[in-house]
Amino acid sequence: MRTELNNEPVNQYFVNVCTLKPRYSEARSGCRSQSPQLPIDKFGCIHAVAQVKMFTIRHVVTKNDLCLSSTVIGGSLAKLAYFSKVSRKRIRYPSSSSNVLDPADELNPPATLNDHDPVVHECSFMNVETEEQAWRLHFINFETKYIETCLDFVKRNFVRGARNMNGKTIKVTGGGAYKYKDLITDKLGFEVSKEDEIQCLIEGCNFLLKNIPDESFMYHRHGDPQYEFMGLPNEPAFPYLLVNIGSGVSILKVESDTTYERIGGTSLGGGSFWGLGSLLTKAKGFDELLELAERGDHRSVDMLVKDIYGGSYDLIGLPGDVIASSFGRAARSPRDASGTQYKEEDIARSLLISISNDIGQIACLNAKLHGIKRIYFGGFFIRCRPITMYTLTFAINYWSKGEIQALFLRHEGYLGAIGAFLKGTQESIDAHKYSWDEHLPGSSGLQHPVMVSFMRQNSSKVDFLELDCLEQPLASCPLLLSTETYSADTWDLAKDAEARDYWISCFERSVNEVAERAAQSQNDQSSAGERADKFKSKYLQKLSDLREQPFTFGSLTVRTLLDTRQQYLDEFQFSDPYLQQRIKDDEEVLQFLPSHLASIDAEEWPERQRIVVQGLLAGTSRRADAREHSCRLTNNASVEETISLLRGRRWLLDDLDAWIARLEGEPHRCAVIFVDSSGFDIIMGIFPFARELLRRGTDVILCTNSKPVMNEVTYSELFILAHNIAAMCDVIGGALAAGRLVVMESGQHSPCLDLSRIDERLVAAMALRGADLVLLEGVSKAVHTNHDARFRCDAIKVAIVDDAWLAGRLGGAAPRTVFSYEPAPPSGPATTDLAAPSVL
Amino acid sequence: MAQCDDSQSHCNGLAVAGCKGECVLPHMPWFGMDVGGTLAKLVYFEPTDVTEDEEQQEVETLRTIRRYLTGNVAYGSAGIRDVHLQMEGVRLGGRTGTLHFIRFPTSSMRAFIELTKEKKLATLADTICATGGGAYKFEHDFKTEVNLTLQKLDELNSLIQGIHFIDSLYLSECYYWSHPDIRDSEQCKKLPFDFSDPYPYLVVNIGSGVSILAVRSKDEYQRVSGTSLGGGTFLGLCCLLTGCQTYEEAIEMATHGDSTKVDKLVKDIYGGDYERFNLPGHIVASSFGHMLSPEHREDVTKCDLARATLVTITNNIGSIARMTALNQGIDKVVFVGNFLRVNPIAMKLLAYAMEYWSKGQLKALFLEHEGYMGAVGCLLELVKQKLS
Repeated sequence: MRTELNNEPVNQYFVNVCTLKPRYSEARSGCRSQSPQLPIDKFGCIHAVAQVKMFTIRHVVTKNDLCLSSTVIGGSLAKLAYFSKVSRKRIRYPSSSSNVLDPADELNPPATLNDHDPVVHECSFMNVETEEQAWRLHFINFETKYIETCLDFVKRNFVRGARNMNGKTIKVTGGGAYKYKDLITDKLGFEVSKEDEIQCLIEGCNFLLKNIPDESFMYHRHGDPQYEFMGLPNEPAFPYLLVNIGSGVSILKVESDTTYERIGGTSLGGGSFWGLGSLLTKAKGFDELLELAERGDHRSVDMLVKDIYGGSYDLIGLPGDVIASSFGRAARSPRDASGTQYKEEDIARSLLISISNDIGQIACLNAKLHGIKRIYFGGFFIRCRPITMYTLTFAINYWSKGEIQALFLRHEGYLGAIGAFLKGTQESIDAHKYSWDEHLPGSSGLQHPVMVSFMRQNSSKVDFLELDCLEQPLASCPLLLSTETYSADTWDLAKDAEARDYWISCFERSVNEVAERAAQSQNDQSSAGERADKFKSKYLQKLSDLREQPFTFGSLTVRTLLDTRQQYLDEFQFSDPYLQQRIKDDEEVLQFLPSHLASIDAEEWPERQRIVVQGLLAGTSRRADAREHSCRLTNNASVEETISLLRGRRWLLDDLDAWIARLEGEPHRCAVIFVDSSGFDIIMGIFPFARELLRRGTDVILCTNSKPVMNEVTYSELFILAHNIAAMCDVIGGALAAGRLVVMESGQHSPCLDLSRIDERLVAAMALRGADLVLLEGVSKAVHTNHDARFRCDAIKVAIVDDAWLAGRLGGAAPRTVFSYEPAPPSGPATTDLAAPSVL
Repeated sequence: MAQCDDSQSHCNGLAVAGCKGECVLPHMPWFGMDVGGTLAKLVYFEPTDVTEDEEQQEVETLRTIRRYLTGNVAYGSAGIRDVHLQMEGVRLGGRTGTLHFIRFPTSSMRAFIELTKEKKLATLADTICATGGGAYKFEHDFKTEVNLTLQKLDELNSLIQGIHFIDSLYLSECYYWSHPDIRDSEQCKKLPFDFSDPYPYLVVNIGSGVSILAVRSKDEYQRVSGTSLGGGTFLGLCCLLTGCQTYEEAIEMATHGDSTKVDKLVKDIYGGDYERFNLPGHIVASSFGHMLSPEHREDVTKCDLARATLVTITNNIGSIARMTALNQGIDKVVFVGNFLRVNPIAMKLLAYAMEYWSKGQLKALFLEHEGYMGAVGCLLELVKQKLS
């Protein structure tokens, strides 16, 4: 029963809460009370403990504090927000025991940053477990008529006796706040604290635009793909218009987080569609009406230009299908008109089109009046329904002659709930200070509502959204030439059907191996096999959904496929199936390092540079396959063989001479290296390369993932590795001691690298040290992502592409070596101009 | 150009320059026609300065048509002459006469064509000036059935020429509503407006759909906006919602209905005014917003639904008109079109919406001959073309 909680996908999370209820008291006693003070006290928490054996096998141990935080009750749909605290055990290596200068420590007194790290007196592969707690925000979205069911549910599961709730408040917003105030107080015994709806909407909108990649998109009905995602702007592009289509329509001009104004609106909104639709059709509920509309043909009800002009409409230069009068044909019904001659679906369609079109027109008139070029649409009416988005987009294009952009939000239904949540937490945790990530296994995605059991009797589908609070705020990499135009991913799989098919198939094929490895990594646990099976089926389901609807979670890329897999592994408590493998690899390779370093040092300077670059390539080569899709870590070549291969082989490297020529010039101030795999790659590839840079007087920042991902070297492992290597090599040892070589977290949790979202401390360190060289290695970081990234400083991208298909895409045969040295653009501003972010 | 065989009598000593013996005026009868999506509008000029000689020479056919048109107020099953709009002593093309205003549903166009055949109109004239979509749609039928050419005239030009001509003839043609708050009808009065210096102004022509024109001078005008939610939408929705059959019936029902049972007002949602954004409680927040609940649906009458439809469509037009005026930098908005016929509720709502939301900056104006401007424009064009 305990582990079940985490085995189930999160959309049934709620349900499992019921089954775990008897454990509340026990669970609470096990809870740490370190959490920040919340606006509402904890109503209950769940403690699901899985066994942890030895240090070699680690997985997530989850402990949740579920807190109801806000409710938005609209005229038609209600949203409930609650948050939970997810605790994870994680291995960390001590940082305070050595004289290593961690740049994080350099910028923050260690006492505040790493106070949870116990002091360990010697460096070895010993590790310390720490418990980390992270906020996870949950939102559910359902029809308001189920409000009682929902409140009953909340009462059953969160409220243990109304007595405890006296004096507690819940943030409520939306029109229903007024209407359901008493109901909430009666049922739950809370005080209801009303928040202004529009302010919540705007804060929610700004929050999503700032934090969720690909939150906004344009919809092109005839486009391929139909969804054009807008990435992650660092700041929402103010001023914008937010058109919130709820029961009625509010048009808001937003100039900043705090400056906004309601500049207009119309009473013809979602409520009109729903209300008129209920009168004119037998549809029950909003969704049924929309489904009806999707099947209908408005032309039997609307009077078109061609109905008025006959066949001659082409003479007047008007397209005949333009609607001249909505419902105009219904007015010409014969005397005996009973309305039966019009199909319900045609009526619903005409209603939807006329209302969308009208809203689009009024929004556009308002935008023009205020000189605004960007309109975001929100509110329940849209529901990301293609037909609604299409008519709104059409209207905006038509009335603005293409000058105004119509944008939609993937999570438009949650704006108010998120805003209310932010209000509710303002006093205790400043949500704006954190970065957030969408938790895919617990989110229903675009146009993908799911059935939930607690409302099963009503057979209603419900939308979900979960956001994970990241440990560190993220910021854009300052070394990028342009943060505006940067896009991490090289290929958009939504656009490229062939690539989509290829990669999804690859991931499907590899899932068995991943599941097997996951199960094997915890073979001491009876539940591991079952969890691995669940992981497999859920991930395969997701892949199949993505094949059908690649737009479900924003852009579809190799990166998102990899990251989704990682999230599903985490979800089923396989947070680190590769730990043993990595440690074994590290131990195995490390013994060859001293002789390898000696052999490098025996060479003349130019040859030495050549060898270290080849070392980088050999490293990426050894695990190229392992990473991408087949996940095979077994490379037949032994370490010795690889080393000899490396010595003997001469790759054709276009840019190697240019790089060596560059090395003959001024040394770089500071190199930022985004490292990849553990074992051969990091030890024989990265360290010798870094060592050459250190010798020239260049500082080196080694950046790794914050959390374990496949066979990638983690922060803590790299940390200990650096110390072990320091003991073998004076150059590394000296640099580590002097703080010229540092290990930092990238803030990512992915085999790929999105430079628009990296740890703010790393951003600060780059600025502080005047970073002027960046190195990206591995296919995931240098080909799947960042292949086209341009930097304002020198950049090196290293990879060996073993995949024949991918090599073909790059215009060559596999294996294809990539060693590209891209000098800083001549006019690029000096890196010393970089300003440290103000957060620090 | 047709030669006048009986030129002297028809020209009637007309001081038309250059009309020396060769009369260029069109044959009687003089018509202007505007065939919209729902209604066809016909303006007929009946000369009242017919001399005895003339009368005798008047061909039988013409006399029949004249007597048929002026002697009846209803034609066939659907044609109606708006007697109250009739204008007497109108000088046109050198003649003096009476303007008659006739309308019939566009769906009865077949019957009208039959009528012209029966009355042998084609023996007198070969051309009718017409505008509106129907001028295109029925062109072929007129040609083949009765051998009449429909001369298709520009819709906007006809409309604007019509407005200025009618306004110049009739002092109180243009009017406005003072204190148009619908909740206080005592205060509300219809007052004449001096439209002699009109530019720039907006014309909102509410027929089946809505066209919005910006008029900056006599010749400078353009269609700047419009909406498909117009009179046709009102009637269409009313027919579907209430089973009514005619516009008059729909308006009658609306007059006795209460839209607040159907619409969700600001106060229904917020319990009062939404003060933060200066939205008073009585403003409609969501048209038909109550109707998604079955209990409310049981609670409303057909009249309530008709009223809500009227209010919804009217407010929406008002809203689009207002913002278009703001975008165009224009402060006078002239509402025309047959949607406003026998529809003081809509007119007052429009007047109120304009005044309220613009804080008195915008003026809503109306014309007595609301739906006939295009047809009048066609009549003018017929005479003007022949003169020039």
